Amino acid sequence: MSPTAAPAGPLAYFDHAATVPLRPEVALAMAPFAADRFGNASGSHRLARDARAALEDAREEIASLLGARPAEVVFTGGGTESDNLAVFGVLAACERQRPAIVCSAIEHAAVLAPARAAAGGAGRVRGLDRAELRVAAVDRTGVIDLGALEECLGDDVALVSVMLANNEVGTVQPLAEAAAVVRRRAPGAALHTDAVQAAPFLDVARAAAAADLVTLSAHKLGGPKGTGVLVVREGTPLRPLVFGGGQERERRSGTHDVAGAVGMAAALRESVAHRQEEGARVAALRDRLADGLLSSIPGTVESAPRELVLPGHAHLRFAGVEQEELLVLLDEAGVCASAGSACASGAIEPSHVLLAMGVGGRDARSAVRFTLGATSSELDVQLALTATRAAVERLRH
Amino acid sequence: MSGGVDSSVAAALLVEAGHDVIGATLKLWGGPSDSGCCSVADVDDARRVAQQLGIAHHVFDLSEEFEAAVVTPYVAAHAAARTPNPCIECNRHIKFDRLLARARRMGFDALATGHHARVERHAGRFRLLRGVDAAKDQSYVLSMLGQDQLSSVVLPVGALTKDEVRAHAAGLGLRTAGKPDSQDVCFIASTDGRRGFLGRRLSLRPGRVVDALSGAEVGAVDAVELVTVGQRRGMGHDPAGARRYVVAVDPAARRVLVAGAAAASIGRVALVPDSLAWVDGPLGHGARAVAQVSAHGRPAACIFEGDGTQPAIVFGAAQRPVAPGQTIALYALDDPAAVVGSGIAA
Repeated sequence: MSPTAAPAGPLAYFDHAATVPLRPEVALAMAPFAADRFGNASGSHRLARDARAALEDAREEIASLLGARPAEVVFTGGGTESDNLAVFGVLAACERQRPAIVCSAIEHAAVLAPARAAAGGAGRVRGLDRAELRVAAVDRTGVIDLGALEECLGDDVALVSVMLANNEVGTVQPLAEAAAVVRRRAPGAALHTDAVQAAPFLDVARAAAAADLVTLSAHKLGGPKGTGVLVVREGTPLRPLVFGGGQERERRSGTHDVAGAVGMAAALRESVAHRQEEGARVAALRDRLADGLLSSIPGTVESAPRELVLPGHAHLRFAGVEQEELLVLLDEAGVCASAGSACASGAIEPSHVLLAMGVGGRDARSAVRFTLGATSSELDVQLALTATRAAVERLRH
Repeated sequence: MSGGVDSSVAAALLVEAGHDVIGATLKLWGGPSDSGCCSVADVDDARRVAQQLGIAHHVFDLSEEFEAAVVTPYVAAHAAARTPNPCIECNRHIKFDRLLARARRMGFDALATGHHARVERHAGRFRLLRGVDAAKDQSYVLSMLGQDQLSSVVLPVGALTKDEVRAHAAGLGLRTAGKPDSQDVCFIASTDGRRGFLGRRLSLRPGRVVDALSGAEVGAVDAVELVTVGQRRGMGHDPAGARRYVVAVDPAARRVLVAGAAAASIGRVALVPDSLAWVDGPLGHGARAVAQVSAHGRPAACIFEGDGTQPAIVFGAAQRPVAPGQTIALYALDDPAAVVGSGIAA
């Protein structure tokens, strides 16, 4: 047994981009499937039919909330699996000798890593490494450069992946404009968007309408971890990564996680129902936090223009401060923040997002990401303001 | 916390003593490696121990600093046919410099490690002593520490034997209790070896082996950069059947000089002037001390010469040659457990 990890003092959670707690409505919706409604949705008896009905209820609800048809919704084991399925699934279905994959420079590792592997780079899988990877630059504000995207495109492109909003700095990407460029210059390409980070705040049905493949993750919406969706629009060529019983219309085998699917549907429903007022509330809190830090700590800059980022994101750099040290002090003060992504060891990785935006070295290592969401309160913001001011002052002393 | 048993128990002892502790693991190396500072499995072990102790755990990425202060100089030293000690340079520049500065900035009173050595305070001054387990003593690799660092360094396991350390870890149910000691250089994988590692960063060049007395060519090596002064392996025997030792390596001429044991023995070792480091003030010229020239080398009486521009130590009895680049730790003659300071062989 380990002692409990939660500290005794006040706790302020500023890592909603990493994960959020399960919504009470979600836990309630899932509970029966961890108890007496345990059937395998692939069977034919009454318990199996009951599970299948719940699964299809969830699928229809998710489809409707995402502006997709039920048959286009593929349940997966999470956002990372959905991204991998998009990259390798499209590549495996492509007839070309040497297809190209195009993605923005600020994609999540769940897109970049499979794309690199598919192009024969790190982690290459023999037989699935015949692609060419072209990376489209972003500008200094963290938004994809549509001219650069256009230059990457051509008849050989099988897949284009442009995220709906970036997970680190929070910038919302012009997906509709990107889609127009893709349709014009690479009409044969499938367009994928990772909407994991955007989903809590944006209307994915509208914002990702132009995409052929859309990745979502349940746990960022207050659903369970380990459940995701890949929307695969009718007619998009895709081969599976996981073979077996042929579930999900042969696109993702494996016994259905009915509880996960039901939880995801409930989470998306709640999230969509409260999106507008929650977005406004969270943005106001985020503004108080960001403005408070900018005005009270000299040498603080915002990594991306406020009007371009998601309502919950405050990505700030504190000149002369090492993020690793600041995060320790914030943690000691009960403020849970982060700095982009961690590598396998748990160390903070040098940010490829900041680097793509022209920010490197010590400057990049002074960044901390505060992400707010459903649980955020005025008290949290006060605590973070006080703790961050004190910590930066100490570290600069 | 490296993920080894010593730093695990160091953390445990501090927690048991009531200190407010956080665990830190350094990510020093991004390349392939089996152990030490770098592997994910070791970081996982350190994190798990921290969980069991109920303390926070953080991973600090000092890999850029490690590359600049340890790896690059290591490669450059080999290119110049010197034999560096990267663990000592890591302690000097990373653990007891960058990490200590970080701990101080964050407001911690001290930095603790799992080294087998002891720090004692007497009348406001700090002494650095050998660990109580003679076989595991690591005071040699800390012999460059001075008062400023020692004032903020805690070495909890130095008062225990290795068996006691393992027993303590086992008693707490820590998964590191039975882990083997780390060996060798942490950034060189055992499957790769020094040759593989250096071969990618240097062009290893073959050289001639020449008898230092006669000048006769007596053999060849395939990489002069991998030859160490004092080495016997691969140097063969003289006509009388006695083993030959390397006494000098000239990388520019690609020449390795060898001699028999008697001729190879030395009495005096010059030290790099700016490498001298003192625990609590320098030894005077002509002062007597005890020198140790490797991590577990046999201590030998010596005299410190420090009056000129070229400091040196002079041994009382002839010694095997000391490779340039090796650290020589000096201990007090009247208290052989007490580190006085150190220098690097010129």
